[in-house]
Amino acid sequence: MTGFPVSAATTPNLWQRSARADAIAVLVVAATALVLFLLFPQSLALLTRIVAIMLLVLSLDLVTGYSGVATLGHATVFGAGAYAAGILAARFGVADPLLMLAIGALAGALAGGVSSLVILRGHGLGQLVLSIAIVQLAHEMANKFSSWTGGSDGLSGIMPSPLFGLFRFDLWGRTGYWLAVALLIIVFLVLRAVVRSPFGMLCRGIKQDPVRVRAMGAPVYFTLVKMYAIAGAVAGLGGALSAISTKVVGLDSLSFSLSAEALVMLVLGGTGKIFGAMLGTIVFVWFEDIVSAINPFHWLTIVGVLLVVVVLFAPKGLVGAIESVVSRMRGRKT
Amino acid sequence: MQTILSIGADALAYGMVLFVISIGLSLTMGLMKVVNLAHGAFAMIGGYIASYLTQQMGLHFGFAMLAAVLGTVLIAIPLERLLYRRIYGAPELTQVLMTIGITFAIIGIANFLMGPTLKTIALPPELQGPVDIGFRTIAAHKLFAAAVGIVVAGALWFLIERTPFVVRLRASVDDAAMAGALGVRTRMVYAVSFAVAIGLAALGGVVGAQLLPIEPYYALRYMVTFLVVVSVGGAGSIPGALIACLLLGAVETTGRYLMPEFGEFFFYLAVIAIVCIFPNGLLGRAK
Repeated sequence: MTGFPVSAATTPNLWQRSARADAIAVLVVAATALVLFLLFPQSLALLTRIVAIMLLVLSLDLVTGYSGVATLGHATVFGAGAYAAGILAARFGVADPLLMLAIGALAGALAGGVSSLVILRGHGLGQLVLSIAIVQLAHEMANKFSSWTGGSDGLSGIMPSPLFGLFRFDLWGRTGYWLAVALLIIVFLVLRAVVRSPFGMLCRGIKQDPVRVRAMGAPVYFTLVKMYAIAGAVAGLGGALSAISTKVVGLDSLSFSLSAEALVMLVLGGTGKIFGAMLGTIVFVWFEDIVSAINPFHWLTIVGVLLVVVVLFAPKGLVGAIESVVSRMRGRKT
Repeated sequence: MQTILSIGADALAYGMVLFVISIGLSLTMGLMKVVNLAHGAFAMIGGYIASYLTQQMGLHFGFAMLAAVLGTVLIAIPLERLLYRRIYGAPELTQVLMTIGITFAIIGIANFLMGPTLKTIALPPELQGPVDIGFRTIAAHKLFAAAVGIVVAGALWFLIERTPFVVRLRASVDDAAMAGALGVRTRMVYAVSFAVAIGLAALGGVVGAQLLPIEPYYALRYMVTFLVVVSVGGAGSIPGALIACLLLGAVETTGRYLMPEFGEFFFYLAVIAIVCIFPNGLLGRAK
């Protein structure tokens, strides 16, 4: 590659450009986290919860937004991570937070891989129903094996030991918050690399036309299983994070409604975009916290109307709408 | 033996209630190609109207049932014109999201108007008592639900197999422009099909209110069950939906009788097995 020294020097290549974009994005995320930390020291628990849910929505984005698998049961992998980390801490006394996160990711990847073997057998409606059936099945199992999971009372008694042996998970949730932010940034960078890799491109190809991808000779089914396992690991991390920061795991982390809400957040932010998943989660969970403190049913009405409006008028979500506004303004300038 | 017969009778009643509600959804999804997750919400609206008319106004059950069906259809028609018409032919995910949105909104409004408590529908005396069917007694309203299911199945079979209406509907769904050019009033056909499906949902909501009690979260709680029934039976197939309802009703009832602590575990296990083996449903048409 010595033929084009001039162009390489003046216009950065794709890798350099994306590395620069990633660096800017990481700075934006870190700066936002710092600003939120300083502005809302009272609601760090809520912010940590937002990050945990964000990991779930990012994971859903990998599966639905990038690979085109319609699922209404994605809480399965989140709950798997949460329960794995929680059971490890509460029943086996392994309380190291990093180990809990690792186990959560592993359990999520395992749950994602196994459940995808079933979910990917269906198409369209069948796929939706299979994903719902799986999350309901997992929910019933968690309810049934209550000696392990605590059943409908929830799994309590999770006492994570200090992070690196230095930072305790105190009442204010500062440690939990910074752990969450660090986790989010790492996941963000990894996912940007994943979706940009040839593997990520293959997944997008499958979303657009699985028949053609198969004709090209690429394995559709196992590519998606792999993607599902990666997505499972991400959501499992989110589940483990929520187990560490809240110190309980409830059956709601393995429910149909959490799955449906995650999908709503994703669509609100914009599918097939990493920032879309993150923005959608922040907007949704934050507003939910405010409005449902007043009346949970008003919240439901608002979400419903919002969803209809987004589907009709901003099918690419908030990030898509912002992008189109920005590009229109740029077009006007030039 | 006694247990088996008891399970059979309960499974039949439960299955038929599921059938009355789900068959409308099966038509919407199979013939109109719309994944309408708000179907359960319309069944709930029917139940609320009937509950209000019988409990607050003291009207007769039969009249309330009729009014519930008509009232729900009246509520649904503007929604069809304003919202559903825009998602005909859209990707499934879009349809799912829009109709989940409608469901959420209806739940919120229902709670605002009617409160979060369970609502009951006053049954006429004929349907209240138990009926002796030889080996055991069974509640009359369950028999009534089963009878309604059979009537609905027969009427729909007649509509689909013996009238040209469904031919027009299929033509409109497959190629609206061509069907329009051939003189089919496609918008009208869509509106009527939608109204029929919603009317059936409301009817099922009223008839099944004893087994699936009416409360704001009804729309979400049973939606999954209806969706499951349709996909197991095969969207658009009446015999398929009937078989699926009876089969899943049997699985669920047997599970409840013999292993109540497992809840709906076996129900969903059966669903996964069936959908894995028959991706288009038991009697669905391959795409």
